[in-house]
Amino acid sequence: MGVAIVSVRELGRRFDASAPLLQRLLTRAPRRFVNAVDGVSFDVEEGTTFAIVGESGCGKSTVTRLVAGLDTPTHGEVRCLNRTGNPLHMQMVFQDPVGSLNARWRVGRSIAEPMSSALPVAARDKRVVELLEIVGLKSSDAMKFPQEFSGGQRQRIAIARALAGEADVLLLDEPTSALDVSVQAQVLNLLKDLQDRLGLTYIFISHNLAVVRYMADRLAIMYLGRIVEEGPAEVLFEAPAHPYTRQLLDTVPDVDNPRRNREPQAFDIPSPLNLPTGCTFHPRCPLATDVCRRQRPVLRNRPNGSRVACHAVAD
Amino acid sequence: MTSVQIFLHRFYDSDLFWKFRKTPAAVIAAAVLLVMVVCAVAAPLLAPHTPFDPGTLNLMDSRLPPAWLEGGTITYPLGTDEQGRDVLSTIFYGMRISLAVGVAAVLLSVVIGVTLGLIAGWFGGWVDAVIMRMGDVQLSFPTIMIAFFIDGITKAVMPTDLRELTRFYVVILAIGLADWVQFARTVRAATMIEKNKDYTAAARLSRVSTMRIVFTHVLPNTLGPVIILATLGLGVAILTEAILSFLGLGMPPTQPSLGALIRVGNDLLLSGEWWISMFPGLALVLLVLSVNIFGDWLRDALNPRLK
Ligand SMILES: Nc1ncnc2c1ncn2[C@@H]1O[C@H](COP(=O)(O)OP(=O)(O)OP(=O)(O)O)[C@@H](O)[C@H]1O
Ligand code: SF4
Ligand SMILES: [Mg+2]
Repeated sequence: MGVAIVSVRELGRRFDASAPLLQRLLTRAPRRFVNAVDGVSFDVEEGTTFAIVGESGCGKSTVTRLVAGLDTPTHGEVRCLNRTGNPLHMQMVFQDPVGSLNARWRVGRSIAEPMSSALPVAARDKRVVELLEIVGLKSSDAMKFPQEFSGGQRQRIAIARALAGEADVLLLDEPTSALDVSVQAQVLNLLKDLQDRLGLTYIFISHNLAVVRYMADRLAIMYLGRIVEEGPAEVLFEAPAHPYTRQLLDTVPDVDNPRRNREPQAFDIPSPLNLPTGCTFHPRCPLATDVCRRQRPVLRNRPNGSRVACHAVAD
Repeated sequence: MTSVQIFLHRFYDSDLFWKFRKTPAAVIAAAVLLVMVVCAVAAPLLAPHTPFDPGTLNLMDSRLPPAWLEGGTITYPLGTDEQGRDVLSTIFYGMRISLAVGVAAVLLSVVIGVTLGLIAGWFGGWVDAVIMRMGDVQLSFPTIMIAFFIDGITKAVMPTDLRELTRFYVVILAIGLADWVQFARTVRAATMIEKNKDYTAAARLSRVSTMRIVFTHVLPNTLGPVIILATLGLGVAILTEAILSFLGLGMPPTQPSLGALIRVGNDLLLSGEWWISMFPGLALVLLVLSVNIFGDWLRDALNPRLK
């Protein structure tokens, strides 16, 4: 334990969101860029779960795609090497269960795709059936096409395919959002169990903070492309420091303390095309001051092992 | 059940076959097409005479009218031409050549178009730009002009007898080269859609090679519209061949397609022997019409959005 196998440094990804050339020339609109990910750094230790949390459009999927090497960063670097210095084998469960399976392939064929071609066909078929049963589907489902399944079932098929690859790292982009609660618990337990047995490493994205609390060892909170707070999960859940983290956690129903003080919630979510100056969170922050509007806070280490980017948080 | 039986059973049960049975026009077109294809393919067995064997021809029998007219005989149901060849038999053999040229030309367009479309759609960027601009240029030359061009080149470089022998392939080349653009455009668009779906990303993570992803994942997802376009393209290709032959750029009189038969008969139209060109003309219309009706039905049944 303790070996960082995924290292992300100053990662940035800028998308061109300009109008088409002709339209730009006619309307004299300027070129526009979206910094979907901006200066993100973190390490993921072998055998642990690193969760990324943040509202829609903050860049979570973009970070995972960059880590997987499916997209090229415009800035910074991603290093994914195992103990012996070889590139990691990664598999991903994608957010959208519709596009993640080929509509013309029988499900069994999709699940077998990551398996080594050295494996005999009979062994592959047997493994497909095992995996289908592991994710709670029937062995006869291998012969069906993706269109014959619901969104939740397709997500389970995608999980079976990701597991078939025997990867070192699984990138799970909202893997359980389309599942109902009982199946969700089943899949999460399965993932935990596999992690314990095989020492798998997970990068996990979820909107559901209860799920994150159950799964994560470390946790990063993203806001408009940046990490605003990052650290051990228990530190962030027990003693959240950043005003945004505190707002997020406040929306989790807290059984022990139902009448916890609620901070005011502003509703104007700034556009990533037109970022606020200084701390990008200041329009929604109850603690914002003049400094926040002028100066962007940097991530600073705290004694409890977390990092926070906020002027109002003392070291 | 054997796998063939399973396949037939699935086909019979399928949505497509059900739609087919509910569309009389499609059933009739398919039946006519089937009969014509059988007559064409099995022409040596089914044709009543062997019109291209000079030994069997009798000049005494030339320019006979169809059987139901005065002077006609049942031996030559649709009459004979000026060399005494049975018109019905020449039509069987003519359809054989028209269909062979049409199918081969469409296959050539499909192979060129699908390959270029996959490359353009998958790699994008300047590769895409070059291929698609090539297509634009191609589309601004009419097929006839390309045929004239190729004909001119072969005239310049080949002796006459060799030209006659290679005529068949030259016609296929001229028509096939002219028609690839629509396949390339369709396949390119479908490829760009499939490329951005996450299952291709999953395949990349599983270290599947680009070639394999393109051929096993993307290609099958583009073939639906290709089959529709190819069926409709067959009608166009047969017609184009007929026009080229009518203009004297297509098949030679020694190996006549339907178009070449019409051309030969056309000279005799004014002297009253209308059947020599009219019946091959009718066969051509029937063939192209049934191909087009069937193709239209296939398009509506498989892909209502492509209308
Ligand atoms: N290919 C792209 N081209 C242009 N902009 C993009 C592209 N992909 C993402 N973006 C933009 O980048 C930002 C981050 O997108 P991303 O998908 O990473 O968000 P997310 O955190 O995963 O959101 P969600 O929770 O809704 O999945 C968004 O503003 C999005 O519009
Ligand atoms: S830096 Fe200022 S605006 Fe930003 S979160 Fe901290 S207190 Fe709020
Ligand atoms: Mg996302």
